[in-house]
Amino acid sequence: MWNWFKIVAFGIVTLLAAVAASWARDIAYQIHAIIIMIISAGMFVWSVRTADDINPPEPTGYMDGVIRYGVVATAFWGLTGFLVGTFIAFQLAFPSLNFEFLQGYGNFGRLRPLHTSAVIFAFGGNALICTSFYIVQRTCAARLWGGNTAWFVFWGYNLFIVLAATGYLMGSTQSKEYAEPEWYVDIWLTIVWVAYLVVFMGTIVKRKEPHIYVANWFFLAFIVTVAMLHIVNNLSVPVSIFGSKSVQVFAGVQDAMTQWWYGHNAVGFFLTAGFLGMMYYFVPKQAGKPVFSYKLSIVHFWSLIFLYIWAGPHHLHYTALPDWATTLGMVFSIVLWMPSWGGMINGLMTLSGAWDKIRTDPIIRMMVISLGFYGMSTFEGPMMSIRAVNSLSHYTDWTIGHVHSGALGWNGMITFAALYFMTPKLWNRAGLYSLRLVNYHFWLATIGIILYASSMWVTGIMEGLMWREVDAQGFLVNSFADTVEAKFPMYVVRGLGGALYLTGAIIMCYNLWMTAFGKQQPAAHSTAAIPAE
Amino acid sequence: MDTYSFLRELADSWALLALFAFLAFVWFWAFRPGSRDLHADAADVIFRHEDGPIVDTDKGPEGQK
Repeated sequence: MWNWFKIVAFGIVTLLAAVAASWARDIAYQIHAIIIMIISAGMFVWSVRTADDINPPEPTGYMDGVIRYGVVATAFWGLTGFLVGTFIAFQLAFPSLNFEFLQGYGNFGRLRPLHTSAVIFAFGGNALICTSFYIVQRTCAARLWGGNTAWFVFWGYNLFIVLAATGYLMGSTQSKEYAEPEWYVDIWLTIVWVAYLVVFMGTIVKRKEPHIYVANWFFLAFIVTVAMLHIVNNLSVPVSIFGSKSVQVFAGVQDAMTQWWYGHNAVGFFLTAGFLGMMYYFVPKQAGKPVFSYKLSIVHFWSLIFLYIWAGPHHLHYTALPDWATTLGMVFSIVLWMPSWGGMINGLMTLSGAWDKIRTDPIIRMMVISLGFYGMSTFEGPMMSIRAVNSLSHYTDWTIGHVHSGALGWNGMITFAALYFMTPKLWNRAGLYSLRLVNYHFWLATIGIILYASSMWVTGIMEGLMWREVDAQGFLVNSFADTVEAKFPMYVVRGLGGALYLTGAIIMCYNLWMTAFGKQQPAAHSTAAIPAE
Repeated sequence: MDTYSFLRELADSWALLALFAFLAFVWFWAFRPGSRDLHADAADVIFRHEDGPIVDTDKGPEGQK
C-alpha cells in the first residue's frame, strides 16, 4: 500500500514539476522545477523497481548509515563554503576577480549569500543533523525513531541547500540576511525540519535512559526554535505560484525587527545551542571524563535559551526601532555574557585532571581552541551590542571579524573535532589515518583565524574612525572611497587567512577519506599520546 | 488602550517577571537537595551505550555486551 502511494505521489510531483517548468516566469524557478522533476522521476523509477522487494527485518543496532552520509556531506559543503569565502575575500581585495564573463552570476553580490549559506546551513546544518543523530542514539540507548524518515531528513535538507545555492546565483532571493531562499524553498525546508523534529523527539520518547542528557536539551532547543524563527521570518505571499518572487507580510520596522529577531537567534540557536550540544558530548567523550559540572550545564542551558531570544534588537541601534526595544536587546545581550562564559568554563574545566591531553591529543587541542573562541566571541558580541560601541563598529568590518571568530573558531573547530572523533567509530577503524595531519590542520586553521580576525579588527576600527572624522568646520574628512583604499592591505591579509583555513580543511578531508576508505590501517590509536610539535 | 501599548506594558512588567521567576526556579531546582546523585548518573550516560541500543527481549531489556 505504502509502495503504491509512493509511486503515485512521485508520479504526480514529476508531472506538476514539468508543468511548473514549462509555465515558469523566471529562470531560477524554471531550473528548480527541472531539478525537482528529474529527482522525482528518478524516485518514481526507483519506487517502481523496488515495489515488490521483500522488506528485510527491522534492524536493531544504531542507525549509523545516515550519519556516515552526513559526515561526508559536512566535509564536502565545508570545502565548498570555505572555497567560495576565500574567493570572495580576494574579490573584495582585487575587484577584477568579478569577471566580466560571470557578470550577474559570479560577482560578489551573488556569491556572498552562497558563501554564508554554504558555511552556516550546508556545513553547519549537516554537522548538526549528523552529530545530533549520533548523540541522541548513544545517550538514549535507542535506535533512531521513524525508520527511513532520517534518510528523508538528510536528503531533503541537502536538496534544500542545492535549491538555495543555485537560486542565489540566479538572483532568486528575498533579500533577508541568512534567510535568502524564496517561498517554495522555505516551504520545503519547513517540511524537512518538522520531519527532523519528529525523528529527534521520537528517539527521545523511546529512550532507555531515564534522564535526557544535556546535549539533547540543547539540540531540542535548537530544532524547535529554528522551526519557529524560520516560519515567522518567512511569512510571505508569492506573486505567482509559477514564479520565485514573493512579498513579505511585514513591512518597515516590524520587518526589520522580525528579521533580526530571526537573524540573531539563527546565531543563538543554530550556531550556539546546537553546537553546544556537540560540545557537551564530544568534549567529555574525548577527554574520557564526565562534564565538569552537570548542574552548571543545566543552569547554562536555561539561562542561554532564556536570554538569547531577546538579544535581536541590538542589530537595530539608531534606527526607527523604539529606544526601549534596542535598550532591551542591549541589556539582554550583556547579561548573556555570563551563561556563555559559564558554558565555556564548564567545557574547559572538564579537562581538569587531564590537562596533559592538550599537549598530547590534537583533537582535544582543537576542542580547547574552539571553546576559547566561543568565550572570546561571546565577550566581543555583548561589548559590540552596547550602543556607544555599536556606533563605531556597525557597518564596518569589525562585525565581519566578530562573526568569523565565532564561526571559524567556535563552530568550525568544534565541528572538525567532532568529525575527527566520529569518523573512526562510524567506519569501524582503530583510529584516525594520521594524527600528524590533525596537528597540521590545527595550526593552519588557528593561524588562519588569527590573521582573519586581527585584520578585520584593524580595518573595522580604522574605517569606523575614518567615517566619523570631522574637521574644525564640521565637514567629514574622508570620503567612502578613501576608506576602501586604506583597507586594501588588511583585505589581502584576510584573504590569506582564509586560504590557510581552507588548506587545513583540505588536509582534514584527505585524512578523513583515508581513515574511512583508505586501505592502509592507521598506525596510531586515537588515544595514543604524541607530543605537540 | 491600543494593542501595542497594552502588549508593550505587559511585556516589560508581568511577562518579564514571570519569565525571570521561571529562570530563578530552574536555578534553584538544579541545586535542590538530593540532585547530586541524579546528576552524577546523568553525566555518566555518554560512557554507557557506545556500541548499541538497549533492546527489549522476552526476559526484559538487554543491554550491549
